[in-house]
Amino acid sequence: MKKLIAYLSAFKRRMLGGFCLKVVGTVAELLLPIIMAHMLDDVAPARNVLALSLWGAGMLAVAAAAWAGNVIANRMASRVARDTTERIRSDLFAKTLSLSARQTDAETVPSLVSRLSTDTYNVHTMVGMMQRIGVRAPILLVGGVALTFTVDPMLALILLVTVPFLVLVSVFVAKKGIKLYTRLHASVDGMVRKVRDDYTGIRVIKALSKTEYESESFRKINDTIVRNETTANLTTSVSNPIMNAVLNLGMVAVIFFGAYRIAGGQAEPGALVAFTSFFTIILNAVISVGRVFVELSRGSASAKRIAEVLDMPQDLLPADCHADESGALIRFEGVTFSYGGTPALQGISFSIKRGESLGVIGATGSGKSTLVSLLLRFYDTTEGAVYVDGKNVKSYEKAELCQKFGIVFQNDFLMAASVRENIDFERGLSDEEVGRAAEYARAADFIREHEGYEAVLTARGGNYSGGQKQRLLIARALAAKPEILVLDDSSSALDYRTDASLRKTLLENLSETTVVMIAQRISSVRFADHILVLDGGRMVGFGTDGELMRTCETYRRIYRSQHGDEIIEKGGEPYGGAEA
Amino acid sequence: MAGPRHDAGAVASDKKAAFARLLRYFLLYKWRVLAAFVLMLASNLFALLGPWLSGAAIDAIDLETGVDFAAVGRYCLWMAIFYVASSALSYLLTVLMVRLSQKIVRAMRQDVFDKILSLPVGELDRVAAGDLINRISYDINTVNASLSNDILQAATGVITVVGAFIGMVLTSLPLLGVFVVTIPISVIITIKRSRTVRPLFRRRSAKLAELNGFSEEMLSGLNTIRAYGREEKICAKFDEKNTEAADAYYAADYYGSLIGPSVNFVNNLGTVLISTAGSFFYLYGMISIGNISSFLLYARRFSGPINEYANIMGEIQSALAAAERVFRLLDAPPEAPDSPDAEELTDVRGDVRFENVQFSYDGERTILSDLSFDARSGQTIAIVGPTGAGKTTLVNLLMRFYEPQGGRILLDGKDIRSYTRKSLRAAFTMVLQDTWLFEGTIFENIAYGKEGATREEAAWAAGEANVADLIEKLPQKYDTMVTDGGVNLSKGQKQLITIARAMLSPAKLLILDEATSNVDTRTELLIRGAMARLMEGRTCFVIAHRLTTVRNADLILVVRGGDIVESGRHEELLRRGGFYSEIYNAQFE
Repeated sequence: MKKLIAYLSAFKRRMLGGFCLKVVGTVAELLLPIIMAHMLDDVAPARNVLALSLWGAGMLAVAAAAWAGNVIANRMASRVARDTTERIRSDLFAKTLSLSARQTDAETVPSLVSRLSTDTYNVHTMVGMMQRIGVRAPILLVGGVALTFTVDPMLALILLVTVPFLVLVSVFVAKKGIKLYTRLHASVDGMVRKVRDDYTGIRVIKALSKTEYESESFRKINDTIVRNETTANLTTSVSNPIMNAVLNLGMVAVIFFGAYRIAGGQAEPGALVAFTSFFTIILNAVISVGRVFVELSRGSASAKRIAEVLDMPQDLLPADCHADESGALIRFEGVTFSYGGTPALQGISFSIKRGESLGVIGATGSGKSTLVSLLLRFYDTTEGAVYVDGKNVKSYEKAELCQKFGIVFQNDFLMAASVRENIDFERGLSDEEVGRAAEYARAADFIREHEGYEAVLTARGGNYSGGQKQRLLIARALAAKPEILVLDDSSSALDYRTDASLRKTLLENLSETTVVMIAQRISSVRFADHILVLDGGRMVGFGTDGELMRTCETYRRIYRSQHGDEIIEKGGEPYGGAEA
Repeated sequence: MAGPRHDAGAVASDKKAAFARLLRYFLLYKWRVLAAFVLMLASNLFALLGPWLSGAAIDAIDLETGVDFAAVGRYCLWMAIFYVASSALSYLLTVLMVRLSQKIVRAMRQDVFDKILSLPVGELDRVAAGDLINRISYDINTVNASLSNDILQAATGVITVVGAFIGMVLTSLPLLGVFVVTIPISVIITIKRSRTVRPLFRRRSAKLAELNGFSEEMLSGLNTIRAYGREEKICAKFDEKNTEAADAYYAADYYGSLIGPSVNFVNNLGTVLISTAGSFFYLYGMISIGNISSFLLYARRFSGPINEYANIMGEIQSALAAAERVFRLLDAPPEAPDSPDAEELTDVRGDVRFENVQFSYDGERTILSDLSFDARSGQTIAIVGPTGAGKTTLVNLLMRFYEPQGGRILLDGKDIRSYTRKSLRAAFTMVLQDTWLFEGTIFENIAYGKEGATREEAAWAAGEANVADLIEKLPQKYDTMVTDGGVNLSKGQKQLITIARAMLSPAKLLILDEATSNVDTRTELLIRGAMARLMEGRTCFVIAHRLTTVRNADLILVVRGGDIVESGRHEELLRRGGFYSEIYNAQFE
């Protein structure tokens, strides 16, 4: 909330102006019933037609003023809401992109996405609504009650008795409602999971003739939703009838006691008519206050979630560190790293020179991808140091470090944009550079067949096959002529021919480039000058293919399992498109 | 919902049809609907009596003749009774409507889910999971909100408008003559709202969805953006979309903010006109104060629903659109029924024969042009080749997830179409590469393989599948929940559990995907052993990745580019020197 107020304070003048207009507009509306009572009680009995007409015109003017004041104030409020939200959202997005990998891991991406979408939306609604109804409803409520006092204090007291009761009901119901709806959302999530589960497993379900079983288990989920939703709906819809009944009873009491006061000469009949008008105003105000409460609690919960991200400290700032004098391009020195808990990498030391190639091999979970994350300083090492080009990665400006790398991650990301944009990736590369990269990555042919560089990919590249996507990603990695090219398991969807010819191209055309190739297949890393063998986060071998075959048991075992009696291994990917 | 754009007329008639079908759901509960209608009528009429009674009570307080306390008391008592009764009835009505709409929605949800399960797999392959989820959650929800709320509001609105109008007529015709002036303004506001404001709100939602889509997409590629240091550029792109979304929001608000004050203005105008004219009439003794009060209250009630009309109609329109999407899914043809003379497949031997089978997914690209082969009971057929697409085709055809366009497939000497689908599929068991475990306990996941499987059987299957030790080590053993957030089973372990599931099945035919490239060496050995045990005594179709399997297979089908290009035994194929020998030799380049 504090954060939000800081954002809002940039617009305090506009908000103040809007606030004043809103007050004027709202108070003007409150004046109407008073004028009416005056007309009925004082002007009409005097039989003064001119005065009556003037008062009527005056009322019209007041109504018009109320209209104008409210419209302008609402628009000002909308502008404030828009500008605040736009800034918050922009800052939040920038902040989200600047979070360190560790921070992102802690918050999780889906949660960050929902902060950017749902939470900013809630804040937007709240900021808008608080300036409009948040100002109007209390004024109408307090003003309405206050004005009834000017008309007849005794009768007003009767009315006043009902107000706390009304507020109580609306707050109670709103609070209860939030809880019930949260529960409902949880059960709906369960349903969504079920549908997703069964959608992916439909072949198994049909093969095992389990449709009736599935239908039955869905029925249970469905029943839970129905139960929760019924409770939630019935609870929240209790408030309107109760409030209606209470207020109307209050009005009945006013008329009843009013009769005595009029008989005693302490009040006039016009006052009763004015009271009936006030009632409507107060009733509406109370209902609005209930809505404001719901909106406020939801909005401030969202504001808090947004502030949590905005307030995160900036991680991984550049720091002064020792340089590395060994002349290696990449050097790991006694590196240990843990995500929290058991180390993912332990005591890793090796170095490679410019222009050499490195293959990294090991089973899933052996720490291969972690190695890449440390190289790019997504995380800081727990112990030891990583040097790139003689400097500790911690001492680099982020942009300077990034520039050295071209990288393809496991399950890397393609945007819903053109082929060209995906290869260029916002780096402003020339057509020539993009074209050459595609050529090297063996992607140029299918790009031409597929309507060229302006052809648009669907989300996550769904309209290209697995192998084609990998080649686009490799083209992206090559496009800016990086010093170091990192390919993390990125030939798995390529058929053996493309894989081999790609490797050949890399060796021939990019002899300056240092290639780091991470793979599970031995055939993908055999060519490398150095091969690093990982097992359970430890380095169990480092050397050439020949050396490792002689000395490293793990390497030999992997080799046997893939070659000896085993594996025609070009399958790899489950549902990829045709390659040949 | 990619389908072609309908022209406006077709859309209107679709909506009408959707409305008619929704109505049919209602008619299932016609007594409740009738009760709801009666309640609504009563509750509204009671509420409409209020203003008349309060006017009468005020008139009983006449200064000239003295206050008739008895009359005031009587009117007040009646008012109290009617108001309380009206509130009670309206709550009762809500209860009735909520329960009614929940019944309908529950039925619709179940229908949609059952429909999803009954769709042909080929059909399901074509739609996105997100689309299905949208229909079963968002669309049905929209329909639900509309059922329990909008319809009620619309009906209440009609009754209130008519009732209030009658009330005004009975109270004072001259005042009505004055008040009528405000009605055109209300109508203009309503039209304005639906013509100008609603499209703006639609645009606002679209822009916002676009923005959210963008941030979701970009965050999914967070590491890549980081690695290439493209944060600033991406932020700039985001800001563009952000501004568009914010402006669209503002545009909708800008016009939307006219509505509230305008509605209030019309109400106030009504008050002004009635007070002024009322005072004149009062002056000349044409009306009593009580009547002015009653009229005022009726006037307020009258304009409320008119101003809400546009909103409600908008909601109902979108509910109908949602209902239509749901019905379209419900109308999709399910798997063709078994032929009437289809027989139950029992006592399976496991002889499979493909005779000149032709197949294509889309009618354009041929997958199988003319495939024939024989597999005898207990034999192993290895399917080999560089990609997945062609290999899964055989599975799809064998289990009749898809039908071939030509030729036929025989099981135990008879066309598989002559068996019931259920019994045909029961003859197969399978272990696929995308290990499918659902949210439930490990026991439930294993026992899924056989109707009414006991704990002992599940434990036996787990033992055979080399996964029993692992399960015993888990804190809750077989009752451990398999969830996204729960126990972190590795890919290999999940595969072992699916093997255990398959192990339970007595089926004579096995479809097996050997791919194990993603597990550590130890698990790999466990899986290999488990698979070998699973294959014993079954006719096996193996999507093969291991040379041992291939060498020992009774028949190898070589898939390339989705087509089967060669078939035969290992030595035979090697001698032929075709594509198979090319892949085989590539291993030892």
